Amino acid sequence: MKRTLLAAGVAAFALGATPAMAKTLVYCSEGSPEGFDPSLYTAGTTFDASSKPVYNRLVEFKPGTTELRPGIAESWEVSEDGKEITFNLRDDAQFHTTDYFTPSRPLNADDVIYTFQRQMNEDNAYYQHNNGSYEYFNAMSMSELIDEIVKVDEHTVTFKLTRPEAPFLANLAMDFASIHSKEYGDKMLEAGTPERVNQQPIGTGPYQFVNYREDAAIRYSANPDYFRGQQPLDNLVFAITSDAQVRYQKLRAGECHVMPYPNPSDIDEMKQNDSIQVLEEPGLNVAYFAYNTQQEPFDDPKVRKALNMAVNKEAIIDAVFQGAGQVAKNPIPPTMWGYNEAIEDDPYDPEKAQQMLEEAGVENLEMNIWAMPVQRPYMPNARRTAELMQADLAKVGVDAEIVTYEWGEYLKRSSNLDRDGAVILGWTGDNGDPDNFLAVLLGCDGVGGANRAQWCHEPFDELIMEAKTLTDQDQRAELYKEAQVVFKEQAPWNTIAHSTVFMPLRQEVTGYTIDPLGGHSFEGVDLK
Amino acid sequence: MFKFVLVKLAQLIPTFIGVTIVAFAFIRLLPGDPILLMAGERGISPERYAQLEAQLGFDRSPIIQYFDFLANLVQGDLGTSLVTHAPVMEEFLSRFPATVELSAFALAFAIIIGLPAGVIAATRRGTSIDHTVMGISLTGYSMPIFWWGLLLIMFFSSTLGWTPVSGRISYLYFVDSVTGFMTIDTLLAGDWAAFLSALHYLILPAIVLGTIPMAVIARQTRSSMLEVLGEDYVRTARAKGLSNFRVIMVHTLRNALITVVTVIGLQVGVLLAGAILTETIFSWPGIGKWMIDAISRRDYPAVQGGLVLIAFIVMIVNLLVDVAYGIINPRIRY
Repeated sequence: MKRTLLAAGVAAFALGATPAMAKTLVYCSEGSPEGFDPSLYTAGTTFDASSKPVYNRLVEFKPGTTELRPGIAESWEVSEDGKEITFNLRDDAQFHTTDYFTPSRPLNADDVIYTFQRQMNEDNAYYQHNNGSYEYFNAMSMSELIDEIVKVDEHTVTFKLTRPEAPFLANLAMDFASIHSKEYGDKMLEAGTPERVNQQPIGTGPYQFVNYREDAAIRYSANPDYFRGQQPLDNLVFAITSDAQVRYQKLRAGECHVMPYPNPSDIDEMKQNDSIQVLEEPGLNVAYFAYNTQQEPFDDPKVRKALNMAVNKEAIIDAVFQGAGQVAKNPIPPTMWGYNEAIEDDPYDPEKAQQMLEEAGVENLEMNIWAMPVQRPYMPNARRTAELMQADLAKVGVDAEIVTYEWGEYLKRSSNLDRDGAVILGWTGDNGDPDNFLAVLLGCDGVGGANRAQWCHEPFDELIMEAKTLTDQDQRAELYKEAQVVFKEQAPWNTIAHSTVFMPLRQEVTGYTIDPLGGHSFEGVDLK
Repeated sequence: MFKFVLVKLAQLIPTFIGVTIVAFAFIRLLPGDPILLMAGERGISPERYAQLEAQLGFDRSPIIQYFDFLANLVQGDLGTSLVTHAPVMEEFLSRFPATVELSAFALAFAIIIGLPAGVIAATRRGTSIDHTVMGISLTGYSMPIFWWGLLLIMFFSSTLGWTPVSGRISYLYFVDSVTGFMTIDTLLAGDWAAFLSALHYLILPAIVLGTIPMAVIARQTRSSMLEVLGEDYVRTARAKGLSNFRVIMVHTLRNALITVVTVIGLQVGVLLAGAILTETIFSWPGIGKWMIDAISRRDYPAVQGGLVLIAFIVMIVNLLVDVAYGIINPRIRY
């Protein structure tokens, strides 16, 4: 009897959940946002809570793809020399009306200029307020690229670049380029509270910010004036839940509708649960094993090739990725344009590998394998991967030792030119452009930095540098395909895998697509 | 008495300075660099690194940084978080009530269950009841919090659906933060449904966090009860023909409570430490979860400020326990 009463009481709680018939979707996010101004941060968790729901960009990624679609800009023209891009802005993009701000006008060219000035102009009050710490803007070399931004009229702006740069458009679709309201920024400056821009965001996006209870929950409501039309959901709630196991329990119990980053070991169980659907997509990422090509004997492509052939990558996919991934043959993922399908991967052939090592005059080779201390979207367990590699290399007479460091230290030390050994690392694309993989990770400019192979190979570098300056995507793709051929011959990396991204949702969620760039957006999502 | 408190306060000063040194050194001795962690796989150019380092003041010698920290601390300024750019003190204070609320409910649970259990075990010494109570308390004492929390969530929340999995209140309710205590704020707002929701969300985390203190209290109550039960005055009370109830409650328990109260006071440190794990499991937005985030992001000002504040609170509570000890034990005079 008592038990029934208790159960009834609990049921009453659950039913209490429908005071109004508002449609609310709860997303169990994995962490607290650092703030709500996406230009200041680099973490995906922060973008999910700020740029995705609240803001728009000039151009945006079509949901579920890395193709560009119009955003704030209805259309754009690129000049003949590729150095001028003119955007025609839509005139119906309204900034949010909330209890802390009421806009007096729709978005116009001033807002676009203001958005970039605050990140590049040292005299701008927001630049000074934030000490210029716009890391993504800097990392994408935007301040070197943009010469000037000109207001042509109320709804037209022209970006003048210092050099033609094909990936520039894709850069503008990234989170840091979210368009802010100048009017709101000015108002907060006048009130002496510029920090509020980072706490109570105002954008033009599908959802408007309602409130944030620190480390607990963020609430948004549908923007009634959204230019793509009001969202079918009335409210969006982020319930911050940092433990993957707890997120899963919340999803099971119906306390949230969508959860990111499930434990790979829980996927099978989730798929068997009738109230849960599991979406999966190949991630826009790569896990690689980078030799130090400036160190003997790894400066010899033949040695690198031999070592690649000694490693059984299928076994790594099975054991470490538990099937949630595919063997990588190219440095860019197969879902990306410019991917060279024709490339043949180095076969797994320990005998041939050993023979090639002997031919290269390498005997009793001792090397370090660097294993990352953390789990990343492209690599579930680097330690285990390193152990498998170690065993494979032992079979061809290579004595490998596994080393690791704390994550920050690992990133720094692995960049050093005199780094001893080969390093396991990976990359998730920022903007869907092959340049974002090939130039950042393998270009000569990256040596001593993100180019962990310390590999500067002129024929390769020339191809990717030329591709950067062309505006025609087909022409660019040809150059990138050629670059992948050079890459494969030279083998600065052993390309390990492209991982699969899983997204468990409640059955009643519709319209959700996995973002290949790793973000989580609820535009167009509904509940049955 | 007044003098006693003053002397105790003066004694806290060297301890406090020691705490500031440990807090300052701890986060810097951990490998890892906040700037590099922020930059991630992309890395950062040496020029930009030097620029940021100078901006944050990390290029100065650690000794100077420490004294800078100390000088600001004396003025009540703990610096600003590297991540959120908000004052550390503000961040701490906005999350502290959540931890206090959880700890208070956990302690209440521990006392309500632990105290009677200890009394019963002592009065039934050597019986199967005694063995059962002590067995359970030993299990509770050695229970790993993380595992225990997940076990309760899976059973009560996922399988039975009686309690919510995690969080502090249902997303349906949003109550303005006045005191920061959800149970009090909901009552102030006069929102009964929200109040019940807040209580509902407190059940599991309070049990998980209260389990170890409950075990400690039960064991301490039992042993001091046994000690007092052997005293001459208890024998005298029984010889006077007092009822068993009166002997236990008035003559034994009251005297046994003196040590129990001390032990309860010492649980504050245990609760704050346990809160870090409990808050992580139950997504409870208190200082435990905040500290974990700050440590993993190597947010130096937040970590050192948080550690100093937590240590300070524990020291003050211990001082209060000392004072309380004098008040409830008439045999102690300062």
